[in-house]
Amino acid sequence: MTRLIVEIENLTKIYESKLRVVAVDGIDLDLKQGEIFGLLGPNGAGKTTTISIATTRTLPTSGTVRIAGIDVVEHPAHARRLIGVVPQFNTLDRSLTVFENLYYHCRYFGFSHRQAKSRSLELLDQFLLSERNGMYPAQLSGGLAQRVQIARAIAHRPTVLFLDEPSAGLDPQSRMAMWEAVEGLHKEGITVLLTTHYMEEADSLSDRVAIIDYGRVLALGSPQKLKSTFGADTIFDLKLRSQQGLEPVISALKARPDVTSAEAHADGLRVIAASSDGLLPDLVQTVAGFGLRDLAITEPSLETVFIKLTGRDLRE
Amino acid sequence: MNSPAFFLRAFLGLFLRDLRVLTRELIPFVLRVGMQPLLFLFVFTFILPRMSRANPLAAGGGADFGTIILPGLMAVAIMFSGIAAVALPLSSEFGITREIDDRVMCPLPLWAVALEKVCFSAMQSIIAALLVIPMAYYVPAAPVQADVHNWFLFALVLVLSSLLAGSLGLVIGSTVSPKHIGLVFSIIVVPITFLGCVYYPWAWLDKIPWLQVGVLFNPIVYMSEGLRASVTPGITHMPWWAILIALVFFTAALARFGLRGFLRRVLS
Repeated sequence: MTRLIVEIENLTKIYESKLRVVAVDGIDLDLKQGEIFGLLGPNGAGKTTTISIATTRTLPTSGTVRIAGIDVVEHPAHARRLIGVVPQFNTLDRSLTVFENLYYHCRYFGFSHRQAKSRSLELLDQFLLSERNGMYPAQLSGGLAQRVQIARAIAHRPTVLFLDEPSAGLDPQSRMAMWEAVEGLHKEGITVLLTTHYMEEADSLSDRVAIIDYGRVLALGSPQKLKSTFGADTIFDLKLRSQQGLEPVISALKARPDVTSAEAHADGLRVIAASSDGLLPDLVQTVAGFGLRDLAITEPSLETVFIKLTGRDLRE
Repeated sequence: MNSPAFFLRAFLGLFLRDLRVLTRELIPFVLRVGMQPLLFLFVFTFILPRMSRANPLAAGGGADFGTIILPGLMAVAIMFSGIAAVALPLSSEFGITREIDDRVMCPLPLWAVALEKVCFSAMQSIIAALLVIPMAYYVPAAPVQADVHNWFLFALVLVLSSLLAGSLGLVIGSTVSPKHIGLVFSIIVVPITFLGCVYYPWAWLDKIPWLQVGVLFNPIVYMSEGLRASVTPGITHMPWWAILIALVFFTAALARFGLRGFLRRVLS
């Protein structure tokens, strides 16, 4: 049996203020050693709160998180030795150079001067940062700063690495570089938990994905399994000039065996269907009288899985 | 490695980091802590005594004024450097940069992260206070009569006062937003400094009893009086035991309050 590295049990977090917000509503997750696990969900789904609790920065309302068997609420300082964190925002030490950010991080984690120095130099080399070792965080681009943050997070050789929206605010090139870095770590055997609202990211990086919304896990499995279980469907979004008299069309569409669902939207019609063969010409013909302005087809992906599960887009 | 040893090394790591940042700004640090006492000594103990006939203030200063205000200036140096070393950086680290998350992810209990801040600031405060002594020897027109014969009391007062200032810095840094930090300086730090028995011994307030009792709530009073008792024992001062009790009490109370604010800010 593969060892469980992160065990999240019935986790809830409720913020009691003027407005009662249930950020996490009974999440159960287990991460196996060496896997890359993606938490996919829209903004406000509870991803960051879940990660904050697991990384000891937020206290849960109930439930437990264990990292390699250590309870993060009871032994936060001990748990922090086992985790590396790349937070959503740049939290590099602005008063220290790139090299010193790594060096002192190692010192915090008990490295001697010699160990900290050699580990920092090794990381600068690994992350192609050697030429920038004397620069300050304020002089770095977003992509470079993110690279330093990842290097810092793994400097003390944690058992599990948490990446909170690692590609938010990165240009495509830096995003690719970041993915490569994460895949490199995966090969070294580090367990990774990442949150994202980019389905491409979850799809291409993760061994397993949990889709969460409103603080709950809606689906869990490998991207392939999720797609075949929930989302073997293609989504057709039709933008129409007029929606009057659309109901009979919807009923007719629903009657077709290949159509899973059809419903009117604010500016048109959304049809979810098992296959696009033959359906597309029919669809275009049917709605011709309603002034078809635009047609978008989304092939089966984690995004269609998400839409199917929640009825909303990830980016809504 | 067992936990206490590991915690100690993490604590040491944080301290070394702060030391590195400080050494990079050594000259600004010395200027920051030294300018105020230097100018104060220059104006009140060098310029004014030389214009005694024309300036009524000079009579107030008098020949011994240097001896009277030396402990007070040390207390002010401790106070300002303590607050500057904790409150200002903390307030910005809590702010938009959230840099505090970097320090908070250290494998240390959170209270120890806050304690490190206070200890490091105490070290700066001690240096700042000691810097005042040579100035007080060379600047004033009349020689200062410092006489430390109880070194233990001096060290104790110096360390306690510095921890007290760092704790006050922790309170301010963890409860005040960066936007309001300047205001806090004007409405809290400056008044408690001016009314902290810096320029006169507490006993001389006996003609203004309401003030004499009122300032007992001001922790700076005990810093000034404690340094007076240990550096210039010839000048009237409070009994040493009362000073030590008050210093310990205020340090503990402020540290507790500051720690609560700190935990509230880093742990949601």
